[in-house]
This record gives sequence, C-alpha cells and structure tokens, in this order.
Amino acid sequence: MAKRVSIFVTCIVDQLFPKVGMAMAEVLERAGCQVDFPEDQTCCGQPAFNTGYRREARQVARHFLKVFRDAEYVVAPSGSCTAMVAHHFRELFPKEPESLRAAAALTPRVWEFSRFLLEVAQVEDVGARLDDVVTYHDSCHALRELGIQDGPRRLLANVRGLELREMDAAAECCGFGGTFSVKFPGVSGGMAGAKIDSILRSGAKTVVSVDSSCLMQIQGALSRAGLPVRTMHLAEVLASR
Amino acid sequence: MSREYVLHKVRTALGRTAGQAVADPPPARLRVTEMDSETRVATLLQKVEALAGKTRRVAGPVEACAYVRSVLGARSAVASNAPFLRECGIAGLAGVQSGFMEAAPLRVLCATADVGITSADYALADTGTLVMLSSPREARMISLLPPVHIAVVPRDRVLTGLDELLTILPDPAAQTSSTVLITGPSRTADIEQILVRGVHGPGEIHVVVVG
Amino acid sequence: MSAAFDEKIHDTLADANLQLAIYAATGRLIDHRKQAVGGAALPDYQELRTQANALKKHTIDHLDHYLEQFEAHLAAHGGKVVYCKDAAEVADFVLGLAKERRAGLIVKSKSMTTEEIDLNERLAHHQLESVETDLGEYILQLAHQRPYHIVAPALHLTRYEVGDLFARTLGVANETVVEKQTLIARAVLRQKFLAADIGISGANFLVADSGAVVLVENEGNARLTTSAPRIHIAVAGIEKLIPRAQDLAVFLKLLGRSATGQALTVYTSFLSGPRRADEIDGPEEFYVVLLDNGRTKLLAHREHRQSLYCIRCGACLNHCPVYRKIGGHSFPWVYSGPIGAIITPQFLGVGHEPGLPFASSLCGACAEVCPVKIDIPKILLDLRAEVKKSEEREGKGRLERWAFRLWAWVMCHPRIYEMAAMAASGMAPGEDGRWLRRVPAIWNLAPVRAWLSRRDLPPAPARSFREMWRKR
Repeated sequence: MAKRVSIFVTCIVDQLFPKVGMAMAEVLERAGCQVDFPEDQTCCGQPAFNTGYRREARQVARHFLKVFRDAEYVVAPSGSCTAMVAHHFRELFPKEPESLRAAAALTPRVWEFSRFLLEVAQVEDVGARLDDVVTYHDSCHALRELGIQDGPRRLLANVRGLELREMDAAAECCGFGGTFSVKFPGVSGGMAGAKIDSILRSGAKTVVSVDSSCLMQIQGALSRAGLPVRTMHLAEVLASR
Repeated sequence: MSREYVLHKVRTALGRTAGQAVADPPPARLRVTEMDSETRVATLLQKVEALAGKTRRVAGPVEACAYVRSVLGARSAVASNAPFLRECGIAGLAGVQSGFMEAAPLRVLCATADVGITSADYALADTGTLVMLSSPREARMISLLPPVHIAVVPRDRVLTGLDELLTILPDPAAQTSSTVLITGPSRTADIEQILVRGVHGPGEIHVVVVG
Repeated sequence: MSAAFDEKIHDTLADANLQLAIYAATGRLIDHRKQAVGGAALPDYQELRTQANALKKHTIDHLDHYLEQFEAHLAAHGGKVVYCKDAAEVADFVLGLAKERRAGLIVKSKSMTTEEIDLNERLAHHQLESVETDLGEYILQLAHQRPYHIVAPALHLTRYEVGDLFARTLGVANETVVEKQTLIARAVLRQKFLAADIGISGANFLVADSGAVVLVENEGNARLTTSAPRIHIAVAGIEKLIPRAQDLAVFLKLLGRSATGQALTVYTSFLSGPRRADEIDGPEEFYVVLLDNGRTKLLAHREHRQSLYCIRCGACLNHCPVYRKIGGHSFPWVYSGPIGAIITPQFLGVGHEPGLPFASSLCGACAEVCPVKIDIPKILLDLRAEVKKSEEREGKGRLERWAFRLWAWVMCHPRIYEMAAMAASGMAPGEDGRWLRRVPAIWNLAPVRAWLSRRDLPPAPARSFREMWRKR
C-alpha cells in the first residue's frame, strides 16, 4: 500500500522557494508515495508564536489542525515548521482541550522530509546524482528540537558524484531566528558572517540544509559578499539526476 | 533578620505550609570505580603531573624524608602536626618548624616560610586531588600561604575518586569545619586568558606517596 | 528595545578588538568543556545532567524544608543563618556587624550575588574598605567596571589596559607582562588577607544536611578569604541549596567541566561553621546570609522556577552566538548571556528591557549545554508573550500588533492568502518589470531595510508552489 503523503509546503517555500516543494514531491513519489497538496493550507503560525503573539498563533494553528486533520502523513521541507507543530502546538492551547487533543492526534503524523524518507519510506538512496562539493548546515530546530543530524548526511552520502565536506561550525546558528533577523540585524549579520567563514574554510561550493529559512539567510549573506557559493535544499539535491 | 518573612514568601510561592512533609529526594548517585591500589597510586601521580604538579613515589618513610630534604634545600619550611610527618622524620629536618597549636604565630610563620609541608587525610586518584580536613593535626594555612606545598601521603589513603570519598565520608561536617580538595597548583587565566600559576595559593606542589 | 540596549550592542559589534577577545575567550572555554564532557572523558554526562535537574527540582520545590534543615545543621556547628529579604538588609547586617566588631577591612572572594546587590558600593561610604581578591574582580574593582562574564570577568581587558590601570591606581611601574602583573596583585592582596577583619564570600552550593557552604575556585583567594579573617560571612541566594553532601558527587562533576573543562577546580572548600574548638586556625564567627531579593517571585512561577536551578557555570554564555557577538556589558543587569536573558525580566519585570527576550535566535545551544537542563528557549518564548501582552495593556507597539492581527486573519483565509501572495510578489525584485516594485514605501519598511542592511533578498519566483502544483 503506497503511503499517502500530504505536503505541508510551508509558507516560505510556497512563496519564495517553490522549486524546493516540487523537488520534495518528486522525491517522495520516486520513493513510492502517493502525494497530495491540501490547498487550504497556509502557515503553521510560527512567526506569530516566536514574536510573542500567542492569540494570533493559536488562530493560525487551529486552521492548520483543520486542514490536516485527516491526513495520513504530513511531510514538510522544514525542521522549524515541523518542530512548531510537533512540539509547540501543545503549548498554544492550555485552555482548549479539544485543540490539544487534535494537536496530540496530529503530532505523530507530522514529519520533517529527511526523517520521513529514512524512517517511514525507509529509503536511503533515491537514485540522485549531483557532481559537486557540498557542506551540510545543521539547522537549529532540526538538530536540537528534532534530533536530526545523521539522517541528511546519510542521504547525501548516497548521492552519486557528491563529495560531502563537514564545516567546523556546522551546528552553529546561521542567525536567522525569524524576526530576530530584522530586529537585531547587526547581530544576525555577524552570525551569518561567522557561518560563511566556516563554509569557505570547508572549500565546499554548495551549502545544503533541510530549512529554507536558514538557506535564505546564508544565501543572502553569500550574495552580499559576492561569493560564488550557492545554497540548495536537501530536497533539491535528492531530486537531482 | 527577615527569617519569618522570607520563609513565608517561600512557602506561599510553593503552596506549602510550615512543617509540611517532604518526599525523599532522588537517591544519592555514587558510583565507585573498581581500582586496585597500584592503579590508584599510578593514576593519582599521573593526574598531578598533568596539572604541572610534581610527584614522587617512595618505598618508605626514610625515602620520603630524603625527598623532602632534597626539595627543601636551604629553604625555610613549616610542617603540620600530622603524626605521619613525624614518623617520616620530616618534622625534625633542619629548617623545618612545626608543632604549632596557636593560629597567630603559625600564620606569621606561614606568611614568611618558603615551603609548607603537610600530610593529607585522603587523595583522589582520578582527579589528582589531595583532601585536607582541618584538625589539630592539620592547620589550614600551611597548605595555603607558603608558595610551595609538599604533601606526604601514605599509600592506603589514596581513594579512587570523589564518589569513594563521599561514600566513606558522607558527613564531613561531623568531623571538621573545613574540608578542602586541592587539585593542582593555584592558577588564574583572568588576564587575556593567559595561564599564570601561584596567584594566591602555592604555585608549586609536590605529592609524595609513601609505600 | 530600549535605545541604551541598541546602542551598547551597536558599540560592541563595532569594536573589532573586543569581538576578537570575546570570540577567543569563549571559543577556548567551548573547547575545554567539549574535551571534559565528551565520550570517554565523562561517559555518564547525560545521566548526570538528568540527575542534577531532578535534585534541583526536588530541592527548589521543597525549598522551605531545606532552608530550615540547613539552618539547623549550621547552628549545631556554631554558625548562624541571617535571612535577608533584599540588598539593603544585607548591607545593614554587614555594616552592623562590622561596627560591633570594630572591623575596618573586608576581603571579598568572587560572588555574583554580591554584585547583584551592589554590596561594595553600599559598604563604600562607611569607613569600611572592601577589597575584591579574585584577580579578575580586583582588576574590575580598580577600574569601576562590572564583570563581563560569570567565569572570566575581565575577558574584555587587555594586558596593556591592566598595566595602565595598576600604574594609575597602585602607583607601581607600568608592567605589561601578565605574570608580573599577577605578582603585583598577589603582593597587594596578601597584605589585605592577613590584615582583614572580615572575609565575605559567595557560595556555589549550600548543603542542607551539613549546614555547609561549598566554594570552588582556582586561585586560592576564596580559601584565604574564608580562613584568614576572624569573621566569615557567606552571601548566597536561597536557591543555592542541595540536599546532601553526597549530592556533590553529581554537581561537582558537572560544574568544573561545564565552566572551564576542569574535572575539579584547584580548590573546593566545604565549610561548615566556625573553627571547631580543637582546630588550630579558621574563622571564629561564621554567618551565612540567605538572600531573597526577588527569588521568591521566580519561585512562584511553576514553569519558570527552573531558572533557579542555575549553578552559574557560564556554559550558556560561551555557546550563545548572540553573547559571542554582543558580550557581557550589553546586557542590562549583572547576569548576562542566556541565563541573564531569562532571569532579568523575572527579577526586574519585562518592562525593564523589553527587547531582551527577543535578542535570541532561539537556536537552543544554551539548553543543550546547561548542566541542570534549564529549558531556556521555552522561557524566552514565554517572556516574549508576556512582553507583547504588557505592550498591549500599555497601548504600545500598535503597528506590529495590527500587522500580526492582519497576518493571522489572512492566514486563516486561504483564498485571501493566495491573493495577498500574488500582490506581494509584484513588489519583490524579479526579472519582470512589475510596477509595484518601484514603490519606495515598501523598501522603507523597517524590516525590509533591516534585512537589506546585511543581506540580499532572494529573487521572487515567477510562480508560487501552489501555482506550479496546479499546473502539474
């Protein structure tokens, strides 16, 4: 029985990095899944939650719970959005037992993309090919909230032609942090600077991550510095042939 | 000063009443490693050396005394009243004063002596630590004021580590007002993270294990 | 955030030498810790953290019981507990005692708690000299500055600044060799130790079943402070309690390694009362000041009282990418770094520095290294919600609040979201010449300007994912 995956594309991928969503859908289909896209989805509510607007986050979260209520698997190309749903939804509804129940029912079915591939689809090699020298950036939510560290590296190891080089600061924050990046631009920029220094030291030509928000921050800093290094989401790497 | 006030605020914050019972704390976690005597001594000395301390293993009291004499040279020293030091003949060495029972004269001497000589109640192998309990046999200042500290310790006092110490000595306060763990020479890195030894405590320590 | 916070951050970011000093010092501490807790060095590390958290939780949840137990045991050993509700009471106690005993000179060992209550300042105008004896703290006292970091208080100063400082304040020749500077301080402070009437220390731990104060240090100044003068006063927050001496097997294993990578610091003192009758030296009087100063406020919040588990190791500071950029002096209170960010609003109110809980990317590195497993990111998120609630009550931050209200409404109406998205993409940079792109108002929006100040924006795609999906 093919696994039925409902794509939770995330608002940032939907609007700014749509090819990441398409790549993820392609890889999931290649892995034998049946993929659909609930059109009423919008956002998980994280921007409001992180900025302290609980009421607004709750509203958006309730909508999310409705949209994905009947999904078999919900897969997102994002560690931070997955962590929002999986860990923080339950903090949103201390006075709403029904929403809490809905969140608890949905949480076990929500997966970050790389973890879904490895643990549910049970696929480590998707037949991808990319001739490049690549370094992997551990996005903070994926690493520390979801424990995602080895998985993406295992998937990358099976990409033909790809050489994976570790950077020394792989697990250090890129400085995005949502509204932090615009409330504290100097600090955020400084953190991005430290990150790209580490990338350069690795000698890689491409930076890969499971979070588009991190890649947006890193790519933005690389472009501003005029550096020829590019960024790719893991889904795009795995969709490469 | 504000005893009732503070305790009341604490209880109110916790939703507790005065004299309310308390469940047992999580059990104490003590893991004593198996380590035979030879390994303990070897580990202790290796750890002390790794901290830039000096060490010497000697067969008996006579050799211990000879080592201390060689370290002293012509320098002045103050020794504690530890019976083991007397047993080794160290208390009677030239240049060594000991037998002090009064704080004031002892302090004056410690402030001017080149070397302080003590025994130790215990030593901890896995961290290279000396354990000194304040007592009529061991004053606090001798291992603290002089710039050099020599500790002469019989082998059977070497324990595996902190866990074993707290197993055999679960209530140090019952014995003494001061238990000090000494792990290497005094040091600081407060200025530009540059390591300097001998800031306030001794900058040079010798650990001699006898037996 | 306040203008002061913004300015301090800006100044620190602009100081290239300071950036290097902070980065190097914290980098070293990061490496030392890693070696000390990694793999074979401490295989039980995660288990110890869990145990430490459980011990602290139990103690804090029953703090009144352990306070009384501590008091009883200390009294049995000849010591005295003095409960103080705030900074003024501590100063009153010390001044009162000093007057009664005709004390003129106090020596102090390092204590963040005494910094918190400005003890030296409060004692200053009463013909009492109070001298810091930890080398870093002594330097800061001479320079009239606050500590920069819990464990490395003077990390922001160069040896040249120290040389100038000593020459100016001690009347010595300007010496820039660090070993010689240390000897100068050692000589001056030794005289103080031997002449002092009172020694004031902090406490790393208070042991309830022993009535004991535990002090960890590397220099020896805490030992001297607590052994040479005839009176010892330990000033400690009420949260420093642990149940048993045996629990030090857990806490001492975590503290040194997390702070500096040391299995044990050079000196660990376990002090339970004044010298006993048959002991040769040691203080004749022993007091432990148990300080509230707002800790009972933190205690009252069930989910945030874990903030009181902190053992002041400084690991969170070292690993925080924000601290490593803005340094200790950008923070509004004596406690800096992630722990400072969560306790400052709890002690002083969220209004004291409303920007503080937001000065974090929520990366979670702090929680990962905290030896007592304080969930710092969760508390930061809760404090952010508190700030926004408070702003709403005060009628502040209307623009942002309405922006998020609008945003939430759009996000709950998918068709409107789709329309808004199409309109917005007309404003972003792209190859097609959509006219909205040239409207300057968009580029003047604060968040857009802030982003562009340091990075480029991504190019706007021609179609969104959902448009592409529909065309599949």
